[in-house]
Amino acid sequence: MILCLVDGDPVSLEALTFARGLGEVEALVFEETDVDGYTTRARRVVHPRLGDYAPAAWAQTVIELEPEVVVAPGTDRGQEVLAHVAARLGVALAANVVAVAADGDALQITRQRWGGSLLEEARLTGTPKLLTVAIHAVEPQPTGVATATEEFAPSLADEHFLVQVSGREQPTAGTVRLDTARVVVGGGRGVGSKEGFELLEELANLLGGAVGGSRVVTNLGWRPHSDQVGQTGARIAPDLYVACGISGAIQHIVGCKGAKRILVINKDEHAPIVARADWAVIGDLHEIVPAIVAELRKNGR
Amino acid sequence: MCVKRVPETGARITLTADAQAIDTSLLGFTISPHEECAVEEALRIVAEHGGSTTVLTLGPPGAAEQLQNAMAMGVQNAVLLETDGSDWNAEATAAALAEAIRAQPEPFDVLLFGNEAADTGDYQVGVRVAHELGLPCVTGIKGIAIEDGKLTARREAGGGWEIFELPLPAVVTVKEGINLPRYASLPGRLRAKKTPIARIEPQPRASALETIRLVVPPEQETHVKILGGGADAAPRVVEVLRDLGLVTS
Repeated sequence: MILCLVDGDPVSLEALTFARGLGEVEALVFEETDVDGYTTRARRVVHPRLGDYAPAAWAQTVIELEPEVVVAPGTDRGQEVLAHVAARLGVALAANVVAVAADGDALQITRQRWGGSLLEEARLTGTPKLLTVAIHAVEPQPTGVATATEEFAPSLADEHFLVQVSGREQPTAGTVRLDTARVVVGGGRGVGSKEGFELLEELANLLGGAVGGSRVVTNLGWRPHSDQVGQTGARIAPDLYVACGISGAIQHIVGCKGAKRILVINKDEHAPIVARADWAVIGDLHEIVPAIVAELRKNGR
Repeated sequence: MCVKRVPETGARITLTADAQAIDTSLLGFTISPHEECAVEEALRIVAEHGGSTTVLTLGPPGAAEQLQNAMAMGVQNAVLLETDGSDWNAEATAAALAEAIRAQPEPFDVLLFGNEAADTGDYQVGVRVAHELGLPCVTGIKGIAIEDGKLTARREAGGGWEIFELPLPAVVTVKEGINLPRYASLPGRLRAKKTPIARIEPQPRASALETIRLVVPPEQETHVKILGGGADAAPRVVEVLRDLGLVTS
């Protein structure tokens, strides 16, 4: 059995699409996600104590099904649950895989190192084979075939609930999430100050997008760390990424390479990020961004 | 806490001729970013609640530099699990760390890791060590508070936060953003140089995940269209935004 963990994050659908490359996949659905059309079979996990996420309980559920291959999204939960499965069973775990091919009883895999700026080709043996799928490595694609869903009630004990979510703080109402935003306006050292980000906020608001920043910007305290786009921050995949005053260090590029289009506003036409862009405006963002905002307002927005 | 020595990569990664490792001959080294925050968090916990801190690393003899960096920040004790410099797999790393931690003379309350190392990015050593030691564990944490022998950990989830409570002792893997690591003071650096480092020679073991080679992915260079220089380019930018369907009028 090839099992694919569905953890409530929309990137679970990317993992399902990826897993189908290995054969017929059963989705193991822990949190309500519409997987219809993405797999032929799904099991919805039901348990009175699984009202909220508990990593060891999710891992035990996977183990109880005795799968040959387990695929999970490269989310906090996906990585954590498969690490528990790997530790419990004493097997290997390949994290952030981007390509896989069967090779007899083994799997030939390609996985990300350095957030994806380096790739490792490796051979995975043993049973079960555990792999997480790098975020935004594949586009989610439904098959068009309806999914047959049944319920699955795992046998869980107290020991599996030693660590469980006990509380939650909801995001501030009205905020656009960085990881799912259609437009992200990012700022780097070139923004110059914490206050400089007000310009970027204004542009992001007009486009219904979110504001992000480079690692330099979050380390300087100009933006909270949750706004960081990069290897140690968020992996974004907007339709458009507007990168303002960002040079384009590897650490940042691996966070924004999931963007469909990139528009760069930068003083230096030789900055590494310009080579990654679809469009660029060369000049001072402090003049260019207000001009774009004014032009958008003139057009009635 | 457990940290890892990783190269400071510049704009481009270059590999050794056999494609088994990064060519580090021209690179400096640092503590992997999440782990630097683990060091800072340990110092803050001790400043608030008392106690002492010990840093462990598994790596080549040169990894003593990262242990000294942690001691310069304020960590008291350091243990080097010395290897020949090859990359160890996650299973072997975790087994060796767990054994070294078990052998420590003092019991501990909190064992901190980085969520994942910047280089290999295996996302699992902390969890494996927790299982070896039979301790509760949580990963990806960006906030820790300790009260009444209980650890409260916060993790970013869906734009908000989810909260976990763990009995002590516990294993926590942290992410950058949990704090802003301090700079080492000059007296700290001098003290660190004089403090002895305990050394252990662990035994490697094979993994069912076997590296064949490393590959630098081809640069995805696009054909950039320069829309202009300065504020005069604004109308053309708005045209692009309209073509993308981001402007309705």
